[in-house]
Amino acid sequence: MSDNLHTNRKPGDPETTGHSWDGIEEFNNPMPRWWVYVFYLCIAFALIYSVLYPAWPLVNRATPGILGWSTRGDVKAEMTAWHDQNKAIQAKLVATPLAEIKADPALAQFATNAGGAVFRTWCAQCHGSGAAGNKGFPNLLDDDWLWGGTLQDIHFTVTHGVRNADDGDARYSQMPAFGKDGILDQTQIRDVVQYVMSLSNAATDPKAAEAGKTVFAENCAACHGENAKGDRTQGAPNLTDAIWLYGGDRKTLTETVTNARFGVMPAWGKRLSDADIQAVTYYVHSLGGGE
Amino acid sequence: MWDYIKLAVLAVIALFAAIAANYGHDLAYQVHAVLIMVVAAAMFIFSLRRTGDIRVPAPANEYFDSVVRAGVIATAFWGVVGFAAGVFIASQLAFPSLNFEWAEGYMNFGRLRPLHTSAVIFAFGGNALIATSFYVVQRTSAARLWGGNAAWFVFWGYNLFIVLAATGYILGATQSKEYAEPEWYVDLWLTIVWLVYLAVFLGTIIKRREKHIYVANWFYLSFIVTVAMLHVFNNLAIPVSIFGSKSVQVFSGVQDAMTQWWYGHNAVGFFLTAGFLGMMYYFVPKQAERPVYSYKLSIIHFWALIFLYIWAGPHHLHYTALPDWASTLGMIFSVMLWMPSWGGMINGLMTLSGAWDKLRTDPIIRMMVISVGFYGMSTFEGPMMSIRAVNSLSHYTDWTIGHVHSGALGWNGMITFGALYFLVPRLWHRERLYSLSLVSWHFWLATIGIILYAASMWVTGIMEGLMWREVDANGFLVNSFADTVAAKFPMYVVRALGGGMYLTGAIIMCFNLWKTVTAGAPKAYSTAVPAE
Repeated sequence: MSDNLHTNRKPGDPETTGHSWDGIEEFNNPMPRWWVYVFYLCIAFALIYSVLYPAWPLVNRATPGILGWSTRGDVKAEMTAWHDQNKAIQAKLVATPLAEIKADPALAQFATNAGGAVFRTWCAQCHGSGAAGNKGFPNLLDDDWLWGGTLQDIHFTVTHGVRNADDGDARYSQMPAFGKDGILDQTQIRDVVQYVMSLSNAATDPKAAEAGKTVFAENCAACHGENAKGDRTQGAPNLTDAIWLYGGDRKTLTETVTNARFGVMPAWGKRLSDADIQAVTYYVHSLGGGE
Repeated sequence: MWDYIKLAVLAVIALFAAIAANYGHDLAYQVHAVLIMVVAAAMFIFSLRRTGDIRVPAPANEYFDSVVRAGVIATAFWGVVGFAAGVFIASQLAFPSLNFEWAEGYMNFGRLRPLHTSAVIFAFGGNALIATSFYVVQRTSAARLWGGNAAWFVFWGYNLFIVLAATGYILGATQSKEYAEPEWYVDLWLTIVWLVYLAVFLGTIIKRREKHIYVANWFYLSFIVTVAMLHVFNNLAIPVSIFGSKSVQVFSGVQDAMTQWWYGHNAVGFFLTAGFLGMMYYFVPKQAERPVYSYKLSIIHFWALIFLYIWAGPHHLHYTALPDWASTLGMIFSVMLWMPSWGGMINGLMTLSGAWDKLRTDPIIRMMVISVGFYGMSTFEGPMMSIRAVNSLSHYTDWTIGHVHSGALGWNGMITFGALYFLVPRLWHRERLYSLSLVSWHFWLATIGIILYAASMWVTGIMEGLMWREVDANGFLVNSFADTVAAKFPMYVVRALGGGMYLTGAIIMCFNLWKTVTAGAPKAYSTAVPAE
């Protein structure tokens, strides 16, 4: 660490420029030739590229480049190519009744691929990329359907959505907020929750469950049915199958009964093409739970 | 007289800050106003007690090293803070439950991410640049820093800026411009500090007693001047209220995006490249005790670098609303930038020719060499990624993150560590570092950490780029976005591990430097300005 000494020179070193700063000197070496040539090469590449592609700004526009290439043109060409390839089969998909798609293997294959892509783009955010659902968003793989699992039911739900304000035909129902609106008191809610849990054989307090049976018959059966098996015309879930949208534990059920739930799904008919909706209907129906 | 002006100014600032705290519209602004009030009031009392004291004039024939010492401490401190924040947010990406519910709105990824980037770039990197530039410009100009205590103003003013920026992010004050998040009043303050920095640096160069300006100082000066320009233009904004932190950008839409990436890319170009090349040009020949390889190369690559860098920003906006012509120009200027960037690497590595044996014995030299190596790698990777066809795969993927970190951890971090190991014994007059084997430990932890980091991000980046564009025979996308996120999980864990190793190395460095100062044998280094 020779601080104020000059940097070490060795025999055979090239000349320095003669300056020294705090002991640092500089050799008078030429620039490496390969460095200079590669630099020139990059400049040549840049100039040629700028002639081939849009590059130099002029007064009202820029030079378009002799290849006539543009990012938008590029995307458009790719989109057009796929569109042209799929046009005929897409038209056929729209024209074919949902139930008959399966009979045509080529069409079924196309509907599965197209529907899968639509699902992963638009539906996966809530229902999961594997369609297994999430808390508040139904699992589409099982045979438990809120609004019906036939092709027609699914098509209608996808097109109009659920409880949204955009589509007058959207599926609609509203569970009362039994606790918040003071319809039931806390004891009644406790009892009815115990009763509902007992329906799917969860461990319960038998006395409270017995008391809850009456509460259920008077307040819940109108929509969920006497036997609590639900009612698809109003999206009232089956409470006996141990499949829960929000959760079947005591705490979650108490919350549901107290504040009610209001799950919303957009009306995709306003955003997707007929072919897309047809395809995603077929895809969801084919996942395992279709009726 | 000067004392009375100072007291009056501090009193006015404290008073206005108190009023501002009272009328402030949002929490970040109020907290900042109280902070400024406390700082101004404390300085007022401190100044008042010293008014009229007879002061010993600073010895004009000695280097001004106390501010450099403070800068070294700040660099080490902010380094650890910034790396720790990075490890934490990397873990949040791997394990989202680390976005604790109780800290929602303060400690979630979105708030901490700018805290990490600003802490490492501006707090760690910025303090390193200010401290080393003050050290280097004095030695290579054979002159004490110009402007007396202005250098202290720069140091404390800059660190106040960092505290304001960091607390602002946590409390939600942001312009939402990457690397330019601080709001208008913080920007104004930084402008003042930066202009004083420029004055101190330039003043020292003007009063230098060497005939020529050393190459390191060209780089430092280009960094200071350009950052001033970039900072002012990219932060042109109109405050919604003088009593609130929110402001509205002057530019909008694609013009705003273009200004932002003109700034953003040159923050990389001038802050993290030109400034750190200044560091490299002093500390590498010093530590190697060899002359710089080629004077001619240093001139040509300096001018080529600063001329070309400033046009390269549009490559951040390929395939966006930016017109194609601007995107092309950004790309071809980036490609031309390759060799000018490598000029610095060649000069750094070739300076060692004739001293290669030191690689075996001197872990500090090893650190500097690997730093220059990473510099060369990322300045090749950058032009390559700016090529539109490559960018169509890499854009928005983790590849970009890997690229940035191989540059930041490898180049900026390692050269700074090398400089700190060089400076501490000299600044605190110690014979040698406490432990060279701890330097070796730091070296290997950091190097392996960087490799884990960069390699995992290359893998996830290319993987997710390929997954995003994968289509089936009918042209339909095969993967959902969530699928690509899920597929990245193992690499996210590896990345966090690499960051953890890098952080560990930095903590070992702090311990080593601390022991050097407190337990090292003293040795007198001359701090006298040489009389020529």
